[in-house]
Amino acid sequence: MSNPSKLSGRKRNERVAAYIFTIPAMFLLFAFLVVPILYTVRYSLFQYQIVRPDNILFVGLQNYQKLLSDENFWLALKNTVYFTVLVVPFQCVLALALAMLVSSKFRGVAIFRTMYFSPQLTSMVVISILWTVLYNSNPNTGLINSFLTSLGLEPINFLSNAKTAMNSIIFMSGWQGAGYQMMIFLAGLQGIPRDQYEAASVDGANKVQQFLYITLPGLKGTIKYVVMITMIQAMKLFTQPYVMTQGGPKNSTKTLVYYIYTQGFQQGNFGYACAVAAVFFVIVVVMSLSMKKLIAETN
Amino acid sequence: MKKSMKTSNFLTKFLFYAGNIIIGIIFVSPLIWMISASLKPEAQIFANMNSISTFIPVQASLDNFKEVFSRLDMLQVFKNTFVYIALILVLDLLLNSICGYALAKFDFKGKGLMLNFVVALMVMPMEAIMLPLYIEMSQLGWVNKLPALVIPFVAKCFSIYMFRQFFCDIPDELIEAASIDGASPVRTFFTVVMPISKTVYATVFILDFVAHWNDFMWPFLVMTGESKRTIQLAIQVFFGTQPIHYSAIMAALVVSAVPMLIMFIFMQKYYIEGIASSGIKG
Repeated sequence: MSNPSKLSGRKRNERVAAYIFTIPAMFLLFAFLVVPILYTVRYSLFQYQIVRPDNILFVGLQNYQKLLSDENFWLALKNTVYFTVLVVPFQCVLALALAMLVSSKFRGVAIFRTMYFSPQLTSMVVISILWTVLYNSNPNTGLINSFLTSLGLEPINFLSNAKTAMNSIIFMSGWQGAGYQMMIFLAGLQGIPRDQYEAASVDGANKVQQFLYITLPGLKGTIKYVVMITMIQAMKLFTQPYVMTQGGPKNSTKTLVYYIYTQGFQQGNFGYACAVAAVFFVIVVVMSLSMKKLIAETN
Repeated sequence: MKKSMKTSNFLTKFLFYAGNIIIGIIFVSPLIWMISASLKPEAQIFANMNSISTFIPVQASLDNFKEVFSRLDMLQVFKNTFVYIALILVLDLLLNSICGYALAKFDFKGKGLMLNFVVALMVMPMEAIMLPLYIEMSQLGWVNKLPALVIPFVAKCFSIYMFRQFFCDIPDELIEAASIDGASPVRTFFTVVMPISKTVYATVFILDFVAHWNDFMWPFLVMTGESKRTIQLAIQVFFGTQPIHYSAIMAALVVSAVPMLIMFIFMQKYYIEGIASSGIKG
């Protein structure tokens, strides 16, 4: 029915509209995302001290060379990986366990869901301040140590001992974040057809078997996605150590992002900090791309 | 047989409730302690820590909150935070939704490229670009000024992607019907598409509100002036400011959580759906 000239007029209108609609967002993404990415790489090839902006020197890959022999960089990388390797399984298993607890419909389920989600309603800064007080090593002022001593245990220097500081941050972060992943798991659980469970229980499968042979395989895609976002989030660790330990004791909670911050903003080694940032960027991108590939394979 | 089934059903149910109640209480106990401490006089917070009364404010008073408001310019802090988030959200919802719509429904050169670009940049960690971004802000003269908090974070790949996913599901017939009536594509979007897309706007709104309300690092880097502080910065500074009264600190933490709580009560459905759908579509 529609005649061709009218159609092409509409097509032209559409094309004009398309550019009006996309250019503002694309421009902003370019200016404040792409340009900084390019400049991270560019500055990483320069010796650039923030106090001497006129004295910028091209040094090629020297910053990266320096990085290889920088103990503090390796320590920051090690701490970040340590945090990620421990917090991801802890948080994801906790989230899945909580999701299983509140997946079926029973009276009051909404209350329990909200309870498990509630740490998410406060910010990481709030949680970090609260737990700094709770973790206090003095059993007279630290709630957790007061509890431990009442059980007859020795108080623990949670945050002031290099051996326990990162673990304490891991425990707190897992507790704070699990509610978020629980919600994703709950949505994933809804995608598993009910009749699979019914058939299994007719066949005499108990709850544990049902969990292992129906729930877990049914959640495969969700689990991979949850692991991916938890991993990326974990790699960016900064707020908790900044508020709770300032990277200490003995740099045991200095992370990569913390190191970028100290090198760039506190010590003013902009070029060098950009080299660290570029390495951090590559790690995160490689990680998310390989996880995305894994997810695509399941779907 | 039937009776034993009934008892075992009852037992499972009982165990379920008992488990949930015990785990739930342990789970929220740090938050209960925070609220309880915020209502107690300083001297009482650390008394009787071994008894259950540490979680119960016996002589509850709002004195700690008065102290917070007298030592911290909370109204200014809330104003700073709300103004910057409101500006981001208005521009975010407008610019990212029209961009997502064009990528969903329009035919034009460069569309595939743009879409790949958006998806590729979605994983970009802000922490990796904060140094040059800071330099950019200082070159623009925006350090310590509102635009530094707002302009770089208006366009969001994730929001564009969410909008596009939603608009892709709108039937083409609906849009064609409007264009046969003579409405231009731009007009069609604002009069036909936007009104039926409230859910996706609500979802993006609440997800981005939460993200910015909780954001610490970027405001911490660009807003160094005392009168410019956002909420997270203000309470972090308050935590280290003498005299350190833990009761007042707990009260400050509670105050900072109130707006989030109110948002959650009203937008719960969209917030949870937003989190959940990110997993399904991911």
